[in-house]
Amino acid sequence: MIDVLIYFFSALAAISALYILFTSNILYAAFALVITFLAIAILYILANADFVAATQIMIYVGGIVVVIIFGVMLTNKLVNSAPKSGSHNKFIAFIISGVLFTLLTFAILDMNLGALGVERGNIQSLGYGLMTNYLLPFEMAAILLLLALIGATVIVSQKNVKK
Amino acid sequence: MVLFYFILSAFLFSVGLAIVITRKNAIFVLIGIELMLNAANLNFVAMSKSITLDGQFFALFVIVVAAAETAVGLAMVLKVFNYFKTVELDKINELKG
Amino acid sequence: MTTVIFFLPFLLLFVVFGVYAERKISAFIQDRYGPMEVGYYGLLQTVADLLKLIQKEDIVPDKADRKLFLIAPIVIFIVIFTSFSLLPLSPDWQGSSVQTGVFFLMAIISLDVIGIIMAGWASNNKFSLLGAIRSAAQIIAYEVPLTLSILCVLVITQTLDLQTISYQQGIWSTVITDEPNYLFGLAVTNINITEVGGILTWNVVRMPLLFLVWVIYFISSLAECNRAPFDLPEAESELVAGFQTEYSGFRWSIVALSEYAMMLLVSLLGVILFFGSWNTPLPNLGNIELATWTSGTLGSPSAYLWGIFWLVSKTFVMIFLQMWARWTFPRVRIDQLMSLGWKYLTPIALIFLLFCSIWRLLML
Repeated sequence: MIDVLIYFFSALAAISALYILFTSNILYAAFALVITFLAIAILYILANADFVAATQIMIYVGGIVVVIIFGVMLTNKLVNSAPKSGSHNKFIAFIISGVLFTLLTFAILDMNLGALGVERGNIQSLGYGLMTNYLLPFEMAAILLLLALIGATVIVSQKNVKK
Repeated sequence: MVLFYFILSAFLFSVGLAIVITRKNAIFVLIGIELMLNAANLNFVAMSKSITLDGQFFALFVIVVAAAETAVGLAMVLKVFNYFKTVELDKINELKG
Repeated sequence: MTTVIFFLPFLLLFVVFGVYAERKISAFIQDRYGPMEVGYYGLLQTVADLLKLIQKEDIVPDKADRKLFLIAPIVIFIVIFTSFSLLPLSPDWQGSSVQTGVFFLMAIISLDVIGIIMAGWASNNKFSLLGAIRSAAQIIAYEVPLTLSILCVLVITQTLDLQTISYQQGIWSTVITDEPNYLFGLAVTNINITEVGGILTWNVVRMPLLFLVWVIYFISSLAECNRAPFDLPEAESELVAGFQTEYSGFRWSIVALSEYAMMLLVSLLGVILFFGSWNTPLPNLGNIELATWTSGTLGSPSAYLWGIFWLVSKTFVMIFLQMWARWTFPRVRIDQLMSLGWKYLTPIALIFLLFCSIWRLLML
């Protein structure tokens, strides 16, 4: 049962990612991104990572995608025309990513995966880890977020430059 | 099943890379980068083991950094849009400010 | 999974009588009668309205993005209805008992924005678009104080599981933990109220500061539901009806249904987190064992019925408060809304988080 679900949601993630690649409408791409992220979140749940899945939904879908949609809305004329965008370098991109995918697949199939096993992680051990082994990265992440908040505000704020 | 996660991750990474290379719109490029970050996360979570959960910690930090990256990235896109009146990357070709 | 048997019919009934209650309460507040014609005292007015809505034409504007326009209301409803699956209804009855209950709930609620933006953009109407943008900005802004106020509760309860939080707040706390409940949560007082239960073990009494936290929660939840005084996304005098301007007939009724579902959801969550979940408000006073009498026997149907009864009646009080607020306060301006959220509620919630953490240390 779980295998079937994994196949289904992987296919969903892959198809919506491909849709982003081939569509020319940015808003459609953003909504397809929502599907990709949700499918990945469900794959996390199937890998017993509930907390990461909830974080993924909350931050990626509830935050990042909405910010991206806001970006689209602020940089395009939306009423009566869909926000379109073209593409270039198609051949090079096809070669590069095709070769990369082939290489990665060979590498993955060549790996010794016997040592790995996915087991249930609970949020107690996650919280404990964040306050012990990962305290420094945790605090750094907090500072990084604060800096990003201030930085983004400073970059977009319109300064009254006297000419 | 872990193998399958890895292959999906490789696939999403390649698609993300293709989006970054082919797209003209800066926001599309950001979407591609998000896809690549997610592909990496999928690997981390698939590999995370029971007691230490290192992979899940990494995934959490990647998500946090991705949020910061998007905020700053979009702020820059908006600034660029204010100046050039476009976000098509091939039309933004002068360095003079 | 089984709670869907309860929630789906309950939600539909709630919307029918919620709309009626809203009209009657507004009429009472404004000193008029409200609906009086259909049925006794206007009781069937909403049923008549629903019948009218269902047989209306489902109009899709010519220039609208057809696919997105059609699925957007369904997305909004599915998102909100999914989050009901995480709520506990009575001691033994919870939809989905995930470890990260509250966190998941918040994550799913934040998905709501996607549906609203989809509806606003697909309508291809300036009012819809403006309403959707306002709504998204408002929901994202108020998610911060909402999450922080929930975090204050979680600091006290030390768990994300909604059912565990419920058990902690009543006479059955012995089922999940050996730690006794002390008055105000402080072992120093040495007044053991584990057997007393009732209102004394609710989170607002176990930790009296939580009442002020609940005020923050209540204000932000009003903003999350897009309800007055924060109903800017559908401000009638400026934006016609916001993101739902172009919707009609059945699809519009789904949008309205999700709005009421959202009200019900935040009220239920508020009751579970702050006001004792499915626990009875009546304490055991010596031989007069009011709490035991009004809780049933654990594991038997009586526990189910009492649990649902207390949960739902407390929720209705919360919903009455929401309606009262709607018909009492005037709408705020968009800059006032943003400054209230970012400059007042968020810092105050942060300070309360600090206080709650200190209180938790005293509880040890």
